[in-house]
Amino acid sequence: MPDRRFPLLSPSLALSRREFLSDAAGLALGTSILPGSLLTRSGVLQRDRKVVVITFGGGARDQETFAPEGQENIPHLMKELIPQSAFFTQVVNRGILGHYVATASLATGVYETINNFASLPPENPTVFEYFRKDLKRPASDAWVVAPSNGFNRIGESSHRSYGLGQGARVILPKHLLTAATKGGSDYEHLLRDNYETPFFAPEVAGNEFELEQLRSMLKLSVTDFKARALTLSSPDELSVYIVRQLMRQVAPSLLWITMHDIDIAHAGAFSLYIDGIRRTDRLCAEVWKAIQSEPEYAGKTTLFILPDFGRDADEDSAGNGFQHHRTGDAASRTTWMMALGPGIREGVVHDRALDSTDLVPTIGSIMGFSPSLVHGTPIRELA
Amino acid sequence: MLPSELKPEQFNGYPPLARKLATDNIKTLRKLPLSFLPSLLREVIDYDYKFPAERHAIDREIGNLSSLSPAEWKEWLGGFETIQMSPALERFDWVNSPAQFVEQLSAHLWTTHQQDAFRKAATDYGNRLHAAAPPENPPIPRLGIAVVGQDVTASEYPLFRRLRSHGAYYTRVNPEGGLKTLLDFAAVRAKSHPIPYAHWYVDGGAPAIYDPALVCVSYGALEPARNILLDRMQKHSEAPGNGPENLRTVMAAMRPSDLRLDKAIPDPVLARFEMKLLTEGSGTQIFSTTFAQWAAREVLRRAEPLTLLVRFAPRQRQRPMNELLSLSTQKIEYDPAGSLVDADMGAYYNWINQQRLTAADHSSFIAWFENHSQAIAIGPTVPRGTVSSAPTDLAKILSWTV
Repeated sequence: MPDRRFPLLSPSLALSRREFLSDAAGLALGTSILPGSLLTRSGVLQRDRKVVVITFGGGARDQETFAPEGQENIPHLMKELIPQSAFFTQVVNRGILGHYVATASLATGVYETINNFASLPPENPTVFEYFRKDLKRPASDAWVVAPSNGFNRIGESSHRSYGLGQGARVILPKHLLTAATKGGSDYEHLLRDNYETPFFAPEVAGNEFELEQLRSMLKLSVTDFKARALTLSSPDELSVYIVRQLMRQVAPSLLWITMHDIDIAHAGAFSLYIDGIRRTDRLCAEVWKAIQSEPEYAGKTTLFILPDFGRDADEDSAGNGFQHHRTGDAASRTTWMMALGPGIREGVVHDRALDSTDLVPTIGSIMGFSPSLVHGTPIRELA
Repeated sequence: MLPSELKPEQFNGYPPLARKLATDNIKTLRKLPLSFLPSLLREVIDYDYKFPAERHAIDREIGNLSSLSPAEWKEWLGGFETIQMSPALERFDWVNSPAQFVEQLSAHLWTTHQQDAFRKAATDYGNRLHAAAPPENPPIPRLGIAVVGQDVTASEYPLFRRLRSHGAYYTRVNPEGGLKTLLDFAAVRAKSHPIPYAHWYVDGGAPAIYDPALVCVSYGALEPARNILLDRMQKHSEAPGNGPENLRTVMAAMRPSDLRLDKAIPDPVLARFEMKLLTEGSGTQIFSTTFAQWAAREVLRRAEPLTLLVRFAPRQRQRPMNELLSLSTQKIEYDPAGSLVDADMGAYYNWINQQRLTAADHSSFIAWFENHSQAIAIGPTVPRGTVSSAPTDLAKILSWTV
């Protein structure tokens, strides 16, 4: 029996994701650099480019996703999206493994150290602030759709050179639904929070503003919103519904979607965790289809899909397998990313290790802004 | 305060056995780094409520630390000494609140990016300790049993997939009297090797009839305690400014009497253990499958049993989390099919956790789909990765496996 108080080192993952993918989808190992610039390859001017980022909801492990036994849970990623994507097998998160702080780190390109459970903005400028300031874009051009009230400050930082009024607009679909329905019992399945943050509801903007958003920006009446919400089964489905409205009505150039259904794993029910993965898989494919079908997005949008981090390995005695992401072991820190869109070489797997903080500078090089304070570097295979 | 400043009277708040252990070994404790000592004191402060296996492990560890030469001390604990601590941590009352200190230390390690360095120091220390002071082998080979799928009438779910390569998969098991056979077998072991806390029966619902030679923990019997806890969690959450971290701290400070477990469970060691299942386990208060898996993990980790039978029961359906954590007067709806999937994973985790104990090569494990014909058996004499479609029953499987 290992020591009671301290973890064992987790073994390296038995098979690389590349092997899994090459077995299942016949993907090739990628070269490091593609010929020509993204403009040459895609034919899309920087000013016209759009970027959509999806964080794959709360962390999932290989054995429930890309490993042979897990691929049944992600049929849309495996069969539809990966063949069209550049897939990065090792994206390492070296920061704090809490969902809000990790998402903030992804969005700033710096490992944030803010309290995961406090209603605080990131301390470093966000990708939305770089984008808007450098490219002089209006507030309506950068949006975040986030799962819970805990993410209400993700849109802009407390950095003195950026901050207030310079970031993304944040839409919290559950908060919106609560405002629209006044918490009616028919909608409770869409209002559930994850296990680690039960009851946690920091103060957010008033209902009037939210409902006004619904009407004026999303062109959605409260009645229609409520009626549609009744047909949905989870908070992430509600988020994707809002995303589609947003894409249709506002068409922001930079759109960030944070999924969270998978995090039900904290309650320890494996079947619910698997349900969450399957739902997220389907919703990612729906967003990609929406990108291809919306004229404002088709042919000029890069989609990034990546988990904020993984979950603990079964082998690590300090954790309890899939349930949490507390050990800091390799499985909980190492995850993946896929990128789809014009100019990106499809069906290629890249094995070299990336850092979670590389996302923001990569988006900067795609869209033409300079995130000067990030700690990561642009991913050369995508820039 | 630093460990070097420790005085015997600072342990006056510890229970008697813990106080004696700490004061008898205060010279050793004073030499330990602050990044290390509170995690040891977290175990020591509960010494009076520990299982025998845990007490032996603490005794072994402190005895080993006391015997280290200066050069060995540096080798064993040098990694911990490089961890930079904050003034706030140094001011913390880590003698009387070591568990809370460890939570704060964890946050400090993450925010100062020292988690990896700490992890390496801890891993190296754990490996050295394991090699220098290994736990004793059990008097008989261990046996783990998992019973899954209660109330499932039919299922196409491919059960025991993760376990099949390690043992023999039986597809035509006569289910009649199966649970009784397994419980009786566990009871015989308990009576033939009557060692305290060595033979357990965990039930995710109401327990079946069992022999009192087994230590029984059940989700059903803990319903009053769960309700008290959920009520407290609800009230805590309604107070302004309270968040999840604060809630965890409050739950960590609870005593069995807070949940009236001191009245329900006369044995204080067991009462404390069952309280911790509810206050330290995520989801154990709301999902019976989570409770059964976590209870099994903790029995194996802490009590290091010779026999552990875990029976999973249906959990309630998923509802909004705030509603799950609230006391509800509504009739509970169950999810047997989802619970079967949960229990299948739980059985796999039970086996993994059993394999972490000493003499794992001699241990046996059996999982059975309750009232159905599928079972898996793993043991030193069982051929791996085999499938048997011959008619059999659980008594025969037990005789071939254990």
